Amino acid sequence: MRKALLAASAALLLVAGPAMAQQKTIKIGFVSTFSGPVAVIGNDMRNSVELALDHLGRKMGGLPVEVIYEDDGFKPEVGKQKTDKLIESDKVDFISGYIWSNVLLASLKPIVDSKTFLVIANAGPSQIAGELCSPTVFSTSWNNDQTPQAMGTYMNQKGVKSVFLIGPNYAAGKDMLAGVASTFKGKVIGQELTTWPAQLDFSAELAKAKAAKPDAIFVFYPGRAGVQFLTQYAQAGLKGAIPLYTAFTIDELSLPLQKELALGVPGAQQWVNDLPNEANKKFVADYIKKYPGHKPAFYGAQSYDAIMLIASAVAATKGKLDDKAAVQKALEKADFKSVRGNFKFGKNHVPIQNFYLQDVVKDAKGDFVLKTVATIVKDNQDIHHAKCPMK
Amino acid sequence: MTLFIEQCLNGLQFGLLLFLLAAGLTLVFGIMDLVNLAHGSLYMIGAYFAATFAAWTGSFVLGAVLALGATLMVGMAVEVIAMRRLYGRDHLDHVLGTFGLILFFDESVRLIWGPEGLSLPLPSWLNRSVQILPGVNYSAYRLAIIVVTLTVAAFLYVLVMRTRIGMLIRAGASNREMVGALGVNIKLLYTLVFGLGAALAGLAGLMQAPILTVQIGMGENILILAFVITVIGGIGSIRGALVAAIFVGFIDTLGRAFFPDLLRMVLSPAAASTAAPALSSMMIYLLMAIVLVVKPEGLFSAGNK
Repeated sequence: MRKALLAASAALLLVAGPAMAQQKTIKIGFVSTFSGPVAVIGNDMRNSVELALDHLGRKMGGLPVEVIYEDDGFKPEVGKQKTDKLIESDKVDFISGYIWSNVLLASLKPIVDSKTFLVIANAGPSQIAGELCSPTVFSTSWNNDQTPQAMGTYMNQKGVKSVFLIGPNYAAGKDMLAGVASTFKGKVIGQELTTWPAQLDFSAELAKAKAAKPDAIFVFYPGRAGVQFLTQYAQAGLKGAIPLYTAFTIDELSLPLQKELALGVPGAQQWVNDLPNEANKKFVADYIKKYPGHKPAFYGAQSYDAIMLIASAVAATKGKLDDKAAVQKALEKADFKSVRGNFKFGKNHVPIQNFYLQDVVKDAKGDFVLKTVATIVKDNQDIHHAKCPMK
Repeated sequence: MTLFIEQCLNGLQFGLLLFLLAAGLTLVFGIMDLVNLAHGSLYMIGAYFAATFAAWTGSFVLGAVLALGATLMVGMAVEVIAMRRLYGRDHLDHVLGTFGLILFFDESVRLIWGPEGLSLPLPSWLNRSVQILPGVNYSAYRLAIIVVTLTVAAFLYVLVMRTRIGMLIRAGASNREMVGALGVNIKLLYTLVFGLGAALAGLAGLMQAPILTVQIGMGENILILAFVITVIGGIGSIRGALVAAIFVGFIDTLGRAFFPDLLRMVLSPAAASTAAPALSSMMIYLLMAIVLVVKPEGLFSAGNK
């Protein structure tokens, strides 16, 4: 009996599969972290995706849209399972999201093999910009080392002669430290990688940095670890003694906890909430209206762009997503209003874009806010595109 | 040399903090024969209470004292409501029951305080560094942690070895029925012991909070280390917990501090800086494995179990 039932349901599934494709709902799988201490990042991304859908009237190219959110639990193996599920059982048209480079690298192969279009909303491992680039893989964020490269350039401008680098020991951490070292013209007098994500006490690393007597310290600690690092940096008596330069360590999500510890600590970013273009003004204002008490961070801005990019391609191909070549062409045009100001894709599908210097200031209400101070580099392209075999 | 002294202090501070957590764990495990996975949740609760009370009262010290009392109450309530049902049952039941408590506490914290986490700012007299030796500056707060934990360790020693309550605790550990038959209220005693363990965990949590910030699940990673310490030190032995905790603190910190440089002498710099964090975090478990081979009952076993 059970066997018969199984067979019957399997047969039904076979019939139902193509029938569902006829309905023409655009299905987007969105993988991010929605549980645990870094869930604030995932929530910012989901909020921004929902806002993008609101702005699109919940339709892309006249077709209804369904977004399926999956929680990677901050773990590469879980992220891969969820990705497999989205491809094999949900049969999504697009996959987006991915905060963490290591989660993305673990999940990449099934996405590329199934030729599902991937629009990465945050992670930027250097491999994907270089030798692992693929016609169906796009990014609305950056390659990991672009942001720290901009920071290295800024440190040159500030006349910094020697630096001590600290970051987490995983794909992105290594890319970030290599990135800052590649543009920084002074001497890198020390480098420490810490166990990720388990290690949250940086006393040993800070003591070594202090003993090395550098002109400056550069760190990359995304999410909550950034709060912990800044706190311990101040407690070790380094604030005011050795200046700190950062990438992805201070953002709208961590700032409410960092408060005055973040004052005057510079960071580099391709998007800041006060960028003066129309799309961004609308995004930030509507985000604050829709989610009172919250401000969008760059994670959300990139997710918003990812959905807008997908929408532009669906509209351009009139929803005919089976024509992979046409969809790819449409995505490559990046024909949408990005909240960072418009950008072009390089041949490896990583944006060629500006990087800005951001600073933390107190606004009129006494709140701590991020502010764009200057443009560090214009139309910056990652250094790995030469290794990408795509034309 | 100053770097070495500073790293030793870091190791000592971390070790003593782990001791607070491990002491409660080993008391409950050794005396009540109860495996308490929810010990890390009490650590988290202590931190959340401290952050909340400090924000209400505007004083870090007052907030910490209130949080300590509140965690003690929560611990005793947990003992009366949940743990009592678990005594005398299989260890697997303990694991299952207390794992349920972890989920309960994590979700309650999410409901009450939200998923974002809290920060516990230090008063300015702690949030700076002080000169302890000529040329050696050290974080005033980490120094305060060392002083507080050493005081607590001394207090625990006196309590368990020199007072009537301590005598009853030790007696209850070796023969529960007999102590009960002699007219001692063993139920109340267990509630007190569990509350004490909870307060120690809460103290560890609230002291760690200004360094690591307050977040859901903060107790889970550190609980693994606390279990390693109870195993190395010998189950039920507070002295063992102290020695093992300081060992683990030193190995962890000095490993992180100096192992990469040693490795760089034999490996290429890139390979060394990648491998070193992974290898140095393994060293604690290596120590545990060696102790288990040489002295399976731990360094200071509390007696014949």
